[in-house]
Amino acid sequence: MTLAAAHLKGPHVDFAGLSPLIALLAGAVLVLLAGLFRARWVRERAVGSLTVLALAAACGLTIWQWDSQKSIVSGALRIDDLSLVLNLVLVAGGAAAVLLAWRSEATREAAHGEFHMLLLSSIAGMSLLAAAQNTVALFVGLELLSIPLYVLCASEMRREHSLESGLKYLIIGSVGSATLLYGIALIYGATGVTDFGAIATAVSNNGLAGDPLLLGGIALCAAGLCFKASVAPFHQWTPDVYEGAPTPITAFMAVATKVAALGVFLRFFDVALLEAQSTWGPAIAVLATITIIVGNVGALGQSSLKRMLAYSSVAQAGYMLAGVVVGTQLGARATVFYLAVYLFMNLAAFAVIVARERETSFGDGIEAITGLSRERPYLALSLTISMLALAGIPATAGFIGKFYLIDAAVSGGYTWLGVVIVVGSMISLGYYLPVIAATWLRAPTDKEAPSGSAVQEHGMAVKLPRLAGGSPELEGEPSVAEPDAGGATANRPQPEVLFVAALAAGATLFFGIFPQPLFDLVHGAGGVLGLL
Amino acid sequence: MPSLSIFIWLPLASGVLGSLLSMRVRRAGPVLALAGAVATLALAIGYIADYSPATHGLQHLTDVMWIKELGIHYKLAISGLNVFLAGLTTLLFAAALLAANFRAQRGTPYPQLFFVLMTLAESAVLGAFLAQDLALFVAFFDLMLIPFYFLTGIWGGPDRVKATIKLVIYTLVGSLLMLAGAVATGVLASDQNGGHITFALSALQALPLSTGSQEWIFLFFAAAFLVKMPAFPLHGWMPDGYKAMPIEALMVFSGVLSKVGAYGFLAIVLPLFPQGAAHFQTLMLLIGLVSILYGSVVAFSHTDTRLIAGYSSVAQLGFITIGIFSLNPQGAQGALLQMVNHGLVVAPLLFIVLLLSERSGGSEDIRKMGGLAFRAPVFASIFLIIALATLAIPGSANFVGEFLILLGVFKAKLAIAIIAFAGVVMASVYALRLFIRAMHNRTQTGAVSREISLRDGAVLVPVVAVIVFFALYPQLALKRSEGSVSASVSAAHVALTPIAASLSPAYPGQPSNRQADASEPSRGPAGGSESSETGAVEAGEGSSEGR
Repeated sequence: MTLAAAHLKGPHVDFAGLSPLIALLAGAVLVLLAGLFRARWVRERAVGSLTVLALAAACGLTIWQWDSQKSIVSGALRIDDLSLVLNLVLVAGGAAAVLLAWRSEATREAAHGEFHMLLLSSIAGMSLLAAAQNTVALFVGLELLSIPLYVLCASEMRREHSLESGLKYLIIGSVGSATLLYGIALIYGATGVTDFGAIATAVSNNGLAGDPLLLGGIALCAAGLCFKASVAPFHQWTPDVYEGAPTPITAFMAVATKVAALGVFLRFFDVALLEAQSTWGPAIAVLATITIIVGNVGALGQSSLKRMLAYSSVAQAGYMLAGVVVGTQLGARATVFYLAVYLFMNLAAFAVIVARERETSFGDGIEAITGLSRERPYLALSLTISMLALAGIPATAGFIGKFYLIDAAVSGGYTWLGVVIVVGSMISLGYYLPVIAATWLRAPTDKEAPSGSAVQEHGMAVKLPRLAGGSPELEGEPSVAEPDAGGATANRPQPEVLFVAALAAGATLFFGIFPQPLFDLVHGAGGVLGLL
Repeated sequence: MPSLSIFIWLPLASGVLGSLLSMRVRRAGPVLALAGAVATLALAIGYIADYSPATHGLQHLTDVMWIKELGIHYKLAISGLNVFLAGLTTLLFAAALLAANFRAQRGTPYPQLFFVLMTLAESAVLGAFLAQDLALFVAFFDLMLIPFYFLTGIWGGPDRVKATIKLVIYTLVGSLLMLAGAVATGVLASDQNGGHITFALSALQALPLSTGSQEWIFLFFAAAFLVKMPAFPLHGWMPDGYKAMPIEALMVFSGVLSKVGAYGFLAIVLPLFPQGAAHFQTLMLLIGLVSILYGSVVAFSHTDTRLIAGYSSVAQLGFITIGIFSLNPQGAQGALLQMVNHGLVVAPLLFIVLLLSERSGGSEDIRKMGGLAFRAPVFASIFLIIALATLAIPGSANFVGEFLILLGVFKAKLAIAIIAFAGVVMASVYALRLFIRAMHNRTQTGAVSREISLRDGAVLVPVVAVIVFFALYPQLALKRSEGSVSASVSAAHVALTPIAASLSPAYPGQPSNRQADASEPSRGPAGGSESSETGAVEAGEGSSEGR
């Protein structure tokens, strides 16, 4: 007995530090099992509730770990303010995705258990990524994040676009992963270590900042991460995948993937490779500039809201890179602040799109929200706040976030990048404002989608009656401006979607006026820069 | 007096409360919004009465740290620069809300939203006027545009969507540039402050930037303010915007929002970037001059009454611009007085446009009007007072304002002042042409001469009373603003000197400027006109010696 115990004495495992991750993975197993029950209420209600419960547990455990600064799993993961804050943001994004997917087609087609299991494991991967402190953990996290997402994108199995989106994401994501892996190998070749701390020491001690092997590794790693964060010129997959994926998944990808990718950018570049900042700084700054311009210009004139938001997310990634480029504590704080704000702004918009996809036959086309203010004033208000915040108008958190980023860029000696952010914001008015205009200034369009105009809309038209058939308690919501609309398009109210929209919009407004709590939250995140 | 926070947020609070109540009580929204605006007006009168010109510093200061990390204060205060503009804002918003109360908002899904947006606009404008923190000013400046986006877009005329997007993009492009400039100002100033970032105007003033930075930041701010005013090359949004906006919103937009741009030059740009202002003085004077000439010429060739008012505003704001950029106290004081005057005349003028169109079968074209004075003597006299004030007839406060402006410009650049006089003459052409074509001449078919109703009179008479009051007693505004104006101009006025000095081979440049900066506060505010005259003379001598 004693012999066996001595024999089995494994490495010290800090279960407290790992607890949020354990909660997520245990939750994933549980929902997979719960999804096997035959009773419909278990699949449709209990699985989702269990997922939210697992996320709540992870959130609670993250808060429990607050203020701890430690490396766990023999230095592979780092529990500090940066990873904890990002955990909170990720969990919030995940919970929103679960709520948005509550009645969606995707969960039904992919089976509830599997859908939610994949979602939870993807969040676990993101959480791992945000805490990664060596290159191996980074890669494991990245793959754990990506592989479930490939499947989730294709989870509306009977819709061609969803499958296409999943396949595209799989191929391009794999290229990105491979590039990253190769970069990691080169960095290992140059320094002989995998730990971020050891890399930083090796770079500064051996004077490797100009070493071609290391620089090549950095470049490939940057490219790989840029794929994930959809930074131009590695962004081409973004619009197609965002458009094709089921909207709740798009929302999840837009916010959570970005959080994880930018988080790892911060940790990898601003912590491990901070010594070489003078080398990679200008290069990433140029990438940020290209991203801002490509994203903003690409979003102009898009008639699909999801495509528009995809390009907008490219542009926002460019803004956030500005905080990474400067390599200062202020920059890291500004990036994390913007990530949190970005979560709220985007969730509000995506919630409205989800709601309208189910109410109209226009899918995510701009017609779906035309005249929205007369039919659904609260949705219109949420969408408006979200668009204003994304454009960076005062009294919304977007303004403060952008202000903080510009402040960080100018303080870090990148004044021109600050001006680029401003120019990008100007261009962005060209596509955010028309959405608001469509919402408030135009009368609702006829609810009949033009027949056979686009494949995607055609797909929607086929899909909708089935969705309506699936919900027996059709209420035929009394809508003022659409006397001709049949019962097929007016769906039952979706309290959870409205809840997400209202909460996200409310938070955007609240943190725009009283940003101090958010500043306090991200304050520690900047401190991690000096630690290694 | 109550805190300034109450003053600026009272309109919005009453507007929101009214719209919430209007679900239960009919007409609660409009009435409460109006009540809030009137209460704010009463507060503003209180602040004006309470203002003591002797202490020209900040009064009724509210200073709370808003965002610690960014050094942004929630800092509001009354000074000689904004006390009358705040008064003007509350007066015009009260008048516009009264007008809106009497006219049902036609064909709209949410009539109460109109009032919420108007009150939001009032709060934002008051905030912009009273903000004593650069970042807070930028925030309010951008915020005040949002309600007008919806006011124009939802309740506007036929071309409203296009006009709205044009208006917003023009203005926001300017204000985003200003945002970049503001952040740069704070960050660059913090370098001299041991990395301690702050955006409070008083602190920034104590940390002057290098000449090079001042120059590009000046251009960023100027872009924002010139679009807002609007000045000649950047006025492209104006014709569409004026045509599309509902009159009640246009009254305050033209009367007040354009003044925020001019106020920004006076309260922010001149104190913070004096050398930038001095460097671009000629450019700004030329922009002002061209605005005067262009605005006047177009105003007397247009037949659309709204556009006549719109282009006359371009011309009047051109006067205000050259007054400010004469960079001496007389010009700036004239400009400040003229800001108030112009707001006081243009808002009732636009309301009269509405009354005229109601009498000429819905058309706003002066060719469809004529003879409207026939049965409406009271209406005609009110209109005449406003028209005469617009053309700055001697005896009106506008005359005093234009006189001071031209006096200031005479000292700065003689040639520009002489050409600007043409604008004075042209003002009488377009103002009288508007009056005569509408009120006199033969009655056109479809036009009906009708006396002004009691309700419309209630909107106009208080504003006209204030016009008359200022005509009789312009000293009220002049005395109270004197100290603050010369304090705000002094740095830029001094900055003109090194430019003259830098022409000399010795190139004393920076040191002499610093010295001058240090000596200025003691003489600038106290000495008023005399000291600045000597300054101008010195500058002139310096340049002649240099050559």
